[in-house]
Amino acid sequence: MQKIAELIKKEAESLLKENKVTAVWAWQPGEFYYDNSPVCFTAPEQLDKLVYNEFCPSNLGKYLMAGSKKNETMAVFAKPCDTYGINQLIKDHRIKRELITVIGIPCSGMIDIKKIKNQGVKGIISVSVSGDDVIVTTAYGDKNFKKSEVLLAKCMSCKGSDYMIADKELGEKMEVKCQKLNPEDGVKKLEAMTSQERFAFWQQELSKCIRCNACRDICPACSCEQCIFDNQEAAVAGKASANTAEEQMFHIIRAYHVAGRCVGCGECARVCPQGIQLGLLNTKFAKDINEFYGKYQPGADDDSKAPLVDYKFDDVEPTISAKGVR
Amino acid sequence: MLKINKAKWAELFAALSAQGTLYLPAEVDGKVDFTVWQDGTEVNLQATQTAKSIKNVFFPQIENLLDFKTDGLKLSVEQRMLPEEDTIAFGVRGCDVCSFEVLDKVFLKEPVDAFYKARREHCTIVSLACSAPDETCFCDTFAIDATNPGGDVTTWLVGDDLFWQANTDKGKELTEKIQALLAEGDEAGVNAQQKATKEIMAKLPLADFKIDPKIPAEQEKVFNSAIWKQLSDSCLSCCACTYVCPTCHCYDVRDFEIDNKVERFRCWDSCMCKDFTKMAAVNPRVSRLERFRQRYMHKLVYFPENNEGTFACVGCGRCLQKCPVSLNIVKVAKALGVAKDV
Repeated sequence: MQKIAELIKKEAESLLKENKVTAVWAWQPGEFYYDNSPVCFTAPEQLDKLVYNEFCPSNLGKYLMAGSKKNETMAVFAKPCDTYGINQLIKDHRIKRELITVIGIPCSGMIDIKKIKNQGVKGIISVSVSGDDVIVTTAYGDKNFKKSEVLLAKCMSCKGSDYMIADKELGEKMEVKCQKLNPEDGVKKLEAMTSQERFAFWQQELSKCIRCNACRDICPACSCEQCIFDNQEAAVAGKASANTAEEQMFHIIRAYHVAGRCVGCGECARVCPQGIQLGLLNTKFAKDINEFYGKYQPGADDDSKAPLVDYKFDDVEPTISAKGVR
Repeated sequence: MLKINKAKWAELFAALSAQGTLYLPAEVDGKVDFTVWQDGTEVNLQATQTAKSIKNVFFPQIENLLDFKTDGLKLSVEQRMLPEEDTIAFGVRGCDVCSFEVLDKVFLKEPVDAFYKARREHCTIVSLACSAPDETCFCDTFAIDATNPGGDVTTWLVGDDLFWQANTDKGKELTEKIQALLAEGDEAGVNAQQKATKEIMAKLPLADFKIDPKIPAEQEKVFNSAIWKQLSDSCLSCCACTYVCPTCHCYDVRDFEIDNKVERFRCWDSCMCKDFTKMAAVNPRVSRLERFRQRYMHKLVYFPENNEGTFACVGCGRCLQKCPVSLNIVKVAKALGVAKDV
């Protein structure tokens, strides 16, 4: 990854020096090895802070919305999975394609620091990654991990190394090496439950919610200029978990609203401070859409009609599907 | 000093619970958080930090204040009773204990918040000293001693023994009620643990992180700093940091209509939100930059300016752990140049 970081830095430098763009979105390091933040670079001399390693999970695409509104030219570094969200934002008219330069960067999977910390690791001083070996130096001694065992859940169901949109690609493509997870497996478990069991599951899961809106704010499909849940006049505007029903309303409405547009990036579940399995809701919708209307991957392109906004004569009849007939 | 062995903890929790609703850190849904103890609760006294702070014991995320009811043309107003329930907050770390002092400066100042005051007065705080600080910890920045956390009672977990020391009248009263369970203990183990913990703290990445006490005086310079733009550009404007923060205390008051009744409730709010402080027209801080700046100005400048230099941060590190994009008060203070790496 170090080699790619150098390529990114060089590319960013030439884009800014040659005035091809006014801003470059990348990552900068934090206090610890694992807490890189998205950052917008606007001058070549800022680039010594640029970083790229196994702790850059954020999709930077959504940050292009603000600049796009102001007609700024921007470049963005995008891992293969990030390109789906960027396409979706273009399709939803939130990013102007002509303003942005997408640079594809290879990724071999991002590490989930929570998985490491959940194994009792505290007082991290540094992390070094070499191939599949992760060495965590802590104030209490060194701990060794296998990268393939501490990847983010979203990386364990990686969609592959191809870019769905890229004006330029840096370096050689990489693969995520691990025991792959199929997000639909979790959904199948839910589908096998009785409706009462399922209701109890969601009630329990969603009651953890503290209504911080992080899931919404990171989501590349949640791009409304004014969210209905921020609208004081809407009776549903809630800043707090007034009661269980309200939390369910928020998450279910959000899932409905992104149905057919959710690219399955897994960011909602990654950022949830309460660890709610939000991906299950979106995956269920995606699975149903695939089954009812044929396989469709949001964000794979920037101009196809999504199944829910496209009418075909042989579309499934809602009244029939409601009765469970497909 | 007194002590109680692990073998008797179940009895201890049951005895404490008999004195009031007992909140303690426990495994809840795969994470450690403060929860009400009952038989079978998976108590976890090893975790350095709970996912959320315990501020909701005094300042719940949501609480009803008033009910309005209509019956034809008749309107009746019913005020909610003040909370009179006795509570015990057990296993509170030093940072969180100090966060109550920050909240007190807000809610117990005139006009006193009756709901907060009632809950605070009915709560006995049993703190737990840290023995395994995390890299995100920086309570030392605010002169908080994690190894001697205070509260009404202080406890230290050394091996399988929980050492117990009452600090206040409230603490002594509670201790008397459970005296039968406690044995005399030797301080040596506690002293050795305190020394070892301080040695670990000195090795952690934020050991040297200090905030310049003079910054409140530099208000204008800090306010106009160029760093706000770059930092706020990366902020998602969610409220994860606010809601896990032990010292954030802003709230909103709203009405909730059901049938012929209106419930007036208050709920946590965040200056990071677009619709925060929505006045006659709009939130006066229209841009993300202004909202982002407000949160840190409040913690680092306005609050200390109005409260004899006390920063509205206790170094618990929860925002360092929970921000989706790893922005946090340490990053901000360092970028502002108000952090002194001494």
